[in-house]
Amino acid sequence: MSISIHSISKTFGSYKALEEVSLEVPNGSLTALLGPSGSGKTTLLRIVAGLEFADDGPGKILFHGENVSGVPAGKRGVGFVFQHYALFRHMTVAQNIGFGLSVLPRSKRPSPSDIRDRVHELLCLVKLEGLDKRRPHELSGGQRQRVALARALAIRPKVLLLDEPFGALDARVRKDLRRWLRVFHNEIGLTTLFVTHDQEEALELADQVVVMRNARIEQVGSPQEIYDRPHSPFVYEFLGNVNKFTDPSGNQSYIRPHEIDVVFAAEYDPTTDRLARIQHLFSAGPVATLSVRLDDGKFVDIELSRKQLDDLGLSVGDEVSIRSNLPQ
Amino acid sequence: MANLQATTESKPVRALLIGLALIVLSLFLFLPLLAVFAEALRRGWEVFFASLTEDAARSAIKLTLLTAGIAVPLNTLFGLSAAWLVTKYRFKGRAFLISLIDLPFAVSPVIAGLVWIMIFGAKGWLPPSRMTELLAPLAALAAQAASNESIGGLFEGAAAWLADPKIVFAVPGIIIATVFVTFPFVARELIPLMESQGSDQEEAAVTLGAGGWRIFWRVTLPNIKWGLLYGVLLCNARAMGEFGAVSVVSGHIRGQTNTLPLHIEVLYNEYQFSAAFACATLLALLALLTLGLKSVVEQLSGPPQN
Amino acid sequence: MSKRRIIPGFGLSMGFTITYLSLIILLPLAALFLNAAGVGWAEWRSILGSPRIIAAARLTFGLSAVAAAVSVVLGLLVTWVLVRYHFPGKKLLDSMVDLPFALPTAVAGITLTAIYGKTGWIGCHIASAAAWIKTTWQPTGWLGDQVNSWADFGAAYSPLGIFIALTFIGFPFVVRTLQPVMEDLGHEIEEAAATLGAGRWTVFLRVILPLLTPALITGFTLAFARAIGEYGSVIFISGNLPMKTEILPLLIISQLEQFNFKAAAVIASGMLVVSFLLLFIINLLQRRLDWQNR
Repeated sequence: MSISIHSISKTFGSYKALEEVSLEVPNGSLTALLGPSGSGKTTLLRIVAGLEFADDGPGKILFHGENVSGVPAGKRGVGFVFQHYALFRHMTVAQNIGFGLSVLPRSKRPSPSDIRDRVHELLCLVKLEGLDKRRPHELSGGQRQRVALARALAIRPKVLLLDEPFGALDARVRKDLRRWLRVFHNEIGLTTLFVTHDQEEALELADQVVVMRNARIEQVGSPQEIYDRPHSPFVYEFLGNVNKFTDPSGNQSYIRPHEIDVVFAAEYDPTTDRLARIQHLFSAGPVATLSVRLDDGKFVDIELSRKQLDDLGLSVGDEVSIRSNLPQ
Repeated sequence: MANLQATTESKPVRALLIGLALIVLSLFLFLPLLAVFAEALRRGWEVFFASLTEDAARSAIKLTLLTAGIAVPLNTLFGLSAAWLVTKYRFKGRAFLISLIDLPFAVSPVIAGLVWIMIFGAKGWLPPSRMTELLAPLAALAAQAASNESIGGLFEGAAAWLADPKIVFAVPGIIIATVFVTFPFVARELIPLMESQGSDQEEAAVTLGAGGWRIFWRVTLPNIKWGLLYGVLLCNARAMGEFGAVSVVSGHIRGQTNTLPLHIEVLYNEYQFSAAFACATLLALLALLTLGLKSVVEQLSGPPQN
Repeated sequence: MSKRRIIPGFGLSMGFTITYLSLIILLPLAALFLNAAGVGWAEWRSILGSPRIIAAARLTFGLSAVAAAVSVVLGLLVTWVLVRYHFPGKKLLDSMVDLPFALPTAVAGITLTAIYGKTGWIGCHIASAAAWIKTTWQPTGWLGDQVNSWADFGAAYSPLGIFIALTFIGFPFVVRTLQPVMEDLGHEIEEAAATLGAGRWTVFLRVILPLLTPALITGFTLAFARAIGEYGSVIFISGNLPMKTEILPLLIISQLEQFNFKAAAVIASGMLVVSFLLLFIINLLQRRLDWQNR
């Protein structure tokens, strides 16, 4: 089911959280809302869920063409996974997952045995078989996260919304769970929108990335597009390391560390190169990072493969020629 | 030997401080508690039990139970409603509302009684004569119902009160004064607790399709039950032990409008010390029970945190 | 649309809360203030200016302040021991600190009188000590009066007795406001001070005490506000001698007993204004505290 967001604004008192934001989330896609804190991404997600309501005005939210702006959260059919999971502390895992089904009106409520079956099915889906009797405080962070996901899926939502799904997890679990979610999404094909402030997460996981800043959408596109063809300096800087140059007339240009080549100073070509001295060298990992200092005192970061670095045999203090279409 | 530890005192200093604290606590806490029981039993068990079972004592116990039985549920309902309101929603005047809830803490119990005399007393807004007028139609109805042969018995009490609707210097006054004094206890316990728990779980329940009552019963209440219980206990202890406010509105009619604390005062002023302290043991035991249950509640509500 | 609330029940809880609050608290207080406001300015002055009321106000506010100050010292000591040290019976002590909250004031009143009166466990020592002072130094003036009274009645029927009762009900407020703050202090900040060469006493005075000050002030104010209005635990031990040991709440009752409703309303309103001001100050302090800790 696709989600269309039309011209949504939201103010809290005098603070503008969203300003006329419009966005299309295609059916079956995995879309990331990416931005720094305070950019409005979580507010947008909560408005889609019906946990927050947009300011009066022309703004509306459509699910598959149908206006749901006036539909309360409980009737929207959204699965929402909270940043800190919001699991019901006093209920077991199974009771948590079955909650949404057990509160359906009597006429639509499945029988207890059907609920049990569905809970079991979901536990298998999120790979938590056998933990149904546990309580939330007896689970690890990653397990809680998956219980929250199963609970959201139990009501067979039309769309899945996740607020900083990996924010509260440590780095390793985060990486595993990220990969797992990607595969999981491919299997169930549910339109999914998630919020993150981690650019690596957004780029690795999503089909579509929405970069937000100061209550507005800055750019929408595939991870490749966003990374390679940023529309604005903000997007450039927000997605990974970048070297920033300001020419004498004040124009700014950007170049990513991996887009710069390093050659021996003897091969210096004044039309494309600049001379620099290596200040720092970090090579513990597959990619080596050099920090070099240009003749005008500016520092530039460069990323090379380890092999390249080894072939060049460089060390701190060496003079090199760096090659790219650098501003002179 | 010099004190090598950076963040604690040397042994003698520690012992001295603990000793001083123990002295303070004994003088203020243990000695009074001991004294209640010692004084109560000074003239033997027989006098002790006789003081508790005489008619005036019994009716005082009954009235105390009745008062708490009405004031505590009312204020529990209010506490839940107020805590829900100020922790689940943000609205204009919210902070002001919270300070209004605390207001009775800053009001002397004597004034808590006085305010009702300003309303229902002879020179108040609704003096007994005016109440009689206002309630006349109801009184007529009740009198009619009471004269009915089959169900009349049920309405006799109501009819009798409505014919002479006294509030202050009568039982209703004692009850409303107690309601005033015990007003904030449950809300005070619940507001910080519910504030710290946030609304995440309730919101999750909303997205899963649960309605208001269901969210309250199945999500909120299980999370706050121990705090609620503790608030109710405190509210009850105060309701049963309130003295100043009820003393102002009671009119001190022995056997009719005396709660246990008022009965104690009467006995004390009549120099029946042993009897006064015998009744005081009941309230002291109630206080100890409240404190004991508090510790239990704290232990129970301690461990499972998300 | 922006007025919509996500969690249901706003209307119901708002309606019930406001109605109940108005009926039980606001309306009665309004009745009191309107009654007092109906009294002319001149009459206000003559009521509040009467020597008996001035004496009672002095006694009430003065002793409440002294008792609250002593409560702060005792509360600090007790909290320090409860938070910092481990010793057998600590848990029991901790839960017993709330006794003055839970024990009905009338019970506290007659019990304190029994202990601190002349025949009481402690009162007899006070009386004999006072008798000794009396014969040895023969103090005169105010102190002489006090010593005479102590020698005759122990701590009962004198300001000392009222002070004891007010400290009894006041010090748990200090402990309970101080305790969470002290528990949150942690050892790091003291360790930092210690590594910088500060001695234990210096650390306490220059590092710990300033951090505790806001909580101490709040505790003081709470104990003070409670003491001003306290009735049950005081009237038995005080003896209620006009001009000497009569407190303001008792004066309200004696005005009522003389059917002097106006005077009762005026005194009560005056007391309430003071109490509300105190509450307001606590709120301001707490807001500042929150702001500091942000």
